[in-house]
Amino acid sequence: MSDKYPPIVNGKSVYDLESGKYLKMWQGPQHPGVTGNMSLELIISGDQIVDCKTHVGYLHRGFEKLMERRRYINCFPIVCRICVPEPDTNEYLFAAAMEDLMGIEVPERAKWLRTLNMELSRLASFLMWIGGQSGAFGHGTVAQWALAHRDFVLDLFEEWTGARIYHMYTTPGGVRGGTPEGWDNHVERVLQGVEKFLTEVNHVMFNNAVFKSRAVGLGIIAPDMIDRFGVVGPVARGSGIVRDTRKDNPYLIYDQLDFNIETETAGDVYARAMVRWKEMHQAISLIRQIIKRMPRTGPLHITLPNVLHLKVPAGETYVRAESTRGEYGYYMVSDGTIYPRKITVRGPSYSHAMALLEHLAVGVNIADTHGLMLSLHTYPPEIER
Amino acid sequence: MTDIDKIHDSLEAKPEPADTETNNNTEREWRKDEKTLTNSELSLEEQDWFCDARPQPVKPAWGPIEKFYNWARSHSLWILAFGTGCGAIELRPLVTARYDISRLGMQPRPTPRQASVFMIGGYVSIKTLKRIVRSYEQMQGPKFVVAVCSCAINGGMYWDSYNTIKRIDHYIPVDVYVTGCMPRPEAVIAGFTKLKELIMAGKAEGQNLYAEKFDWYKANQKQVIKDWNMPDYNW
Amino acid sequence: MKQLDTELSKQFTLSDYVEQRPELAFVTVEKQQLVPLLTYLRDTKKYTHLVTLTAVDWLEVNQFQLTYLLHNYETHTDIGIRVKLDRDNPVMETIHHLWEQARVYQRELHEMFGIDFPGSPGVEEPMILEGWQGPPVMRRDFDTAKYSLETYDHRKRDTREPEIYMKEKLYPED
Repeated sequence: MSDKYPPIVNGKSVYDLESGKYLKMWQGPQHPGVTGNMSLELIISGDQIVDCKTHVGYLHRGFEKLMERRRYINCFPIVCRICVPEPDTNEYLFAAAMEDLMGIEVPERAKWLRTLNMELSRLASFLMWIGGQSGAFGHGTVAQWALAHRDFVLDLFEEWTGARIYHMYTTPGGVRGGTPEGWDNHVERVLQGVEKFLTEVNHVMFNNAVFKSRAVGLGIIAPDMIDRFGVVGPVARGSGIVRDTRKDNPYLIYDQLDFNIETETAGDVYARAMVRWKEMHQAISLIRQIIKRMPRTGPLHITLPNVLHLKVPAGETYVRAESTRGEYGYYMVSDGTIYPRKITVRGPSYSHAMALLEHLAVGVNIADTHGLMLSLHTYPPEIER
Repeated sequence: MTDIDKIHDSLEAKPEPADTETNNNTEREWRKDEKTLTNSELSLEEQDWFCDARPQPVKPAWGPIEKFYNWARSHSLWILAFGTGCGAIELRPLVTARYDISRLGMQPRPTPRQASVFMIGGYVSIKTLKRIVRSYEQMQGPKFVVAVCSCAINGGMYWDSYNTIKRIDHYIPVDVYVTGCMPRPEAVIAGFTKLKELIMAGKAEGQNLYAEKFDWYKANQKQVIKDWNMPDYNW
Repeated sequence: MKQLDTELSKQFTLSDYVEQRPELAFVTVEKQQLVPLLTYLRDTKKYTHLVTLTAVDWLEVNQFQLTYLLHNYETHTDIGIRVKLDRDNPVMETIHHLWEQARVYQRELHEMFGIDFPGSPGVEEPMILEGWQGPPVMRRDFDTAKYSLETYDHRKRDTREPEIYMKEKLYPED
């Protein structure tokens, strides 16, 4: 066993491919198992990975550069495109960073609607994830169900905001509009469907012998790795860390809602999947609470001056929110002009997919790589922007 | 007329390769990892791995036979499951029961060797373009390209980005475009249906165009892929 | 947060303290004192989470500003440590021994801003831009629109200056 792994010199494994003992294998970017458009450079010995390197940059568009030469309001169409399955977190955080620098207070009703928007997108993103996670372990049926239910959630978005994927619903100072007539009933119908689906997932996936034997004990994250690797979100909660930005640094109206932080202690793929499964129930409960208690009248947004000459006072700020993958943040620096000086997007995939995945993949069977990768719920456009 | 329009006009009039040295700080040496490789420069062993002939346009068969071929081709389109951009997120709903592209005889395939349709999903960065060219050339004919999302057509909202190409049809031939950001799955299905019609009518000749204008496409690709380190004939 | 600043000022040369929100403050530190300060904050003051590491290009004063954002999970407060670098010779000490993910941030900063972090593993390797020839892209003197128009073939399209267009459409009387 000990001579299975190549020697490490200066923090890098040195392997001799000519020896025939190791084989270099690329997975991705054109690979159906890899999440999105990224690639893994694997060195394998037998069918075990001895070295892994993540390659990103296939989706780089230079958002941070593009935002420097756009007015604040012109940045809006492009910020949501940073993260395709869950664009609403980006919209909210960009607006929140601007509002923080400008000292704007958002109307109460807009806060509720923003929270609803983010919880609904959380549900859609988790449904997308469950499709990937089950597919990676060979459960094609669960993937089909999950994507079907995600489509129903997208229908709700379409009815509400007019778009399936990129909603552009949150604007600085408020939201674009209220919920349409009769929409609440549609939400309830979809939520009931998703709840039924989650019960079935519990039967079919979490109690499945194949899923259990592959996921239990795979990619264990020990609690002492959490801070060293900057692990956040459901991945950290799967290792028994009780942290949730929604509870710790409450934003919007999360302090008025009733929910608990869901954790598991095992720290493996199964535990992380379980945390996300619980959080889907949590999202459903939060959506119900919001719809029940949401104010139905009142202003939706405050009036901003001519948006093209909108100047943000000089300063810097950092705002964060809990996305499906963990802490998502925007660091915004303004120099007092109509253009932002610098906007940095802090995506949770950044630390998960690079440093953490490279660490966890060593010793894993090749076939389990994608299950491991999906359990970290990384999303490439967020890494390279 | 703004400055941008002037530059646009000059580009339309003179589409020759622009000088890549746009470096103002000439006194500093910035990163340069330039490599060029053609098939003749490969080692003997590696030359065996690749084809050593140019692609040739395929002549259509005798009338009715070609018609039968086209009918058969149009009913068995296998998509290469390569999500090159955000458009890939609408590829997954397409294979589920609601949109169900299986009824069109389509399904995603994991490898280019088995696929006949390349769906370009949105913006294409330079790093991905290299993989797209390689995947496209490895696909076996007859092959077709459907470019989804406005970014693939004219750069979309990333028109001023330094890392995305602005029109995919200068690098690989495109048969059908689907506009939108994001296009709905119905729009993508409409694009595929249009592709089927074109194939039936024998008009989806992107592969032959690529063979005929091979040098032009290669020159365009090499113009933007600065570290061209793959063989010219990639298949 | 002010209390923490006063406490830290006894040991470190701090300046430009700004309290953005009650739980978020920014402070500038001397370049040489950064790693001791981060280590102190991490080990003694429980700022255990490196949220992000990013750079801001202040072209006008010929400086790079590095911002190290740390989070304390017990008090739920953030502190942003700013370091000013000379833009002509941007070299900074690496902190990958404190946080593993720092090497990824440093690799990106090396590629995007040309800031060097000697000793950081793999910092020289290209991460995002493959085969890039030219200055680091995130520097403000690199004009991305000009580069794009010169390098890529653009399809002719109608472009409008948003300011003029919106003035006509939205604010005709303005």
